[in-house]
Amino acid sequence: MKQTELTIIENLPLCTDVYRMVLAGDTSAVTAPGQFVNLKLDGFFLRRPISVCDWDTGQLSIIYKVVGRGTAAMARLRPGAVLDTLTGLGNGYDLPLSGNHPLLVGGGVGVPPLYGLAKRLIAQGKRVTAVIGFEHADNILLADDFRALGASVILTTADGSVGIRGFVTNGMAEAGEYTYLYTCGPEPMLRAVYDACRTSGQFSFEERMGCGFGACMGCTCRTKYGNKRICKDGPVLQKEEIVW
Amino acid sequence: MVNTSVTLCGIELDNPIIPASGTFGYGYEFAELYDINILGTFSFKGTTREARFGNPTPRIAEYAGGLLNSVGLQNPGVDAVIDEELPKLGRVFHKPIMANVSGFSVAEYAEVCERLAAQEQVGWLEVNISCPNVHGGGAAFGAEPESAAQVTRAVKAVTKKPVIMKLSPAAADIAAVARSCEDAGADGISLINTLPGMRIDLKRRAPLLANGTGGMSGPGIFPLAVRMVYQVYEAVSIPIIGMGGVCYAEDVLELMLAGATAVGVGAANLTEPMACKHIIENMPAVMERYGIKNITDIIGGAHHG
Repeated sequence: MKQTELTIIENLPLCTDVYRMVLAGDTSAVTAPGQFVNLKLDGFFLRRPISVCDWDTGQLSIIYKVVGRGTAAMARLRPGAVLDTLTGLGNGYDLPLSGNHPLLVGGGVGVPPLYGLAKRLIAQGKRVTAVIGFEHADNILLADDFRALGASVILTTADGSVGIRGFVTNGMAEAGEYTYLYTCGPEPMLRAVYDACRTSGQFSFEERMGCGFGACMGCTCRTKYGNKRICKDGPVLQKEEIVW
Repeated sequence: MVNTSVTLCGIELDNPIIPASGTFGYGYEFAELYDINILGTFSFKGTTREARFGNPTPRIAEYAGGLLNSVGLQNPGVDAVIDEELPKLGRVFHKPIMANVSGFSVAEYAEVCERLAAQEQVGWLEVNISCPNVHGGGAAFGAEPESAAQVTRAVKAVTKKPVIMKLSPAAADIAAVARSCEDAGADGISLINTLPGMRIDLKRRAPLLANGTGGMSGPGIFPLAVRMVYQVYEAVSIPIIGMGGVCYAEDVLELMLAGATAVGVGAANLTEPMACKHIIENMPAVMERYGIKNITDIIGGAHHG
């Protein structure tokens, strides 16, 4: 964890209620895809935890959905604004577990952290398939970006407006063989992916957090290996330790 | 040069700043960011006899003045605290520590306090009779003077180390509870714990916290803390640890003027992990601005006649 000031370079809508923010500054504490940052916003007591979509030395991007007054305030921020940020929070995904043909499964705003993961897996020569699911054609995030990385993309929409009609599990059925699974999305989706998953895997969870760095115990969940704090011991859990 | 040291129940603190129980874990997360030995001391995560998961999630919500939590005393239990947490803590913190204890019966309070008091690292026992998030324990003991006195007597009977009773702002008469603890032998009083509150989720049309209610903390309860420290100071002669929404060095002085000997910092640690470091670094300048040479000179200084 590092506390640092990041400057907004860009903050633009990607689709209805979803924004992409690019922040410049010290990103050295970000060491794995699936980690998150915790942003201090004027007028709000708690910070806003948002997963990192991608990063390099000097910049990171986040993709967030406006779901309340806090994220609405984020959407109003302009380039040049400086955000007090805790970076490099959480454990992130482990790349060495992937095998040669990992399957990435994401739903809605759970898709962005998988982008940074796909980029790094592909850089290591892995053959990546991404199953990404959305409500409707208007909500699709990053499909072209995954393709540009060289990933095979299987797109699903709940209403069938684009791609396979149904959920990511319908997309998983089309994915063929894979060596490992990485996933992020709402909990009902994670549960369905867990049941459909034929390999080992890593699952990224979400919970309401107080601090985001392990002090308040607000976001604890039960696992087969004891209590874990989603913010500090997660947000990524091993498939084998999950208790639903 | 100003003097920030205070004496709390016979043990000298370099400064009156004490991170409050439940907002500082066992210190390691903060030790990654700064040397926590600059603190006066800190009060570690509330400990019970058995390991506890606490309440179901979600157990954190926000309000304009801070946050609500319904964690419900998650902790690994007294055995694990003694065998694992205290040795780890000893590597990053070298001052006497405040052991925060909670329980579901008078006997449990006494047993856990006796075991923790026997640890050399432990300087004080802070006995939480004010947790709003557990049923049949915690605040039930702090609600009335007589039950608070029962716990106090039971704990005093098992240790010679200072016993500080942590009180709830939800008690009908907090000054009466404090006086009753003092009469039962308490060496100090700490207040205030969180205040029960609720938020409702507009989408689900149901309480946002799975527990329904949660304890309010943060700057929104600071004036309540000042008022209650002021009242309790007039009711007792034992030292008070004042807390509730403290964010700045100025808040520390304000609570000390109300009657606190030392000051807890809680919710601020969660959103600003360096909060205590900033407060400690700012103390000398703020003291000079208000013409204070020795911080102990201002304890209770707002009481006239």
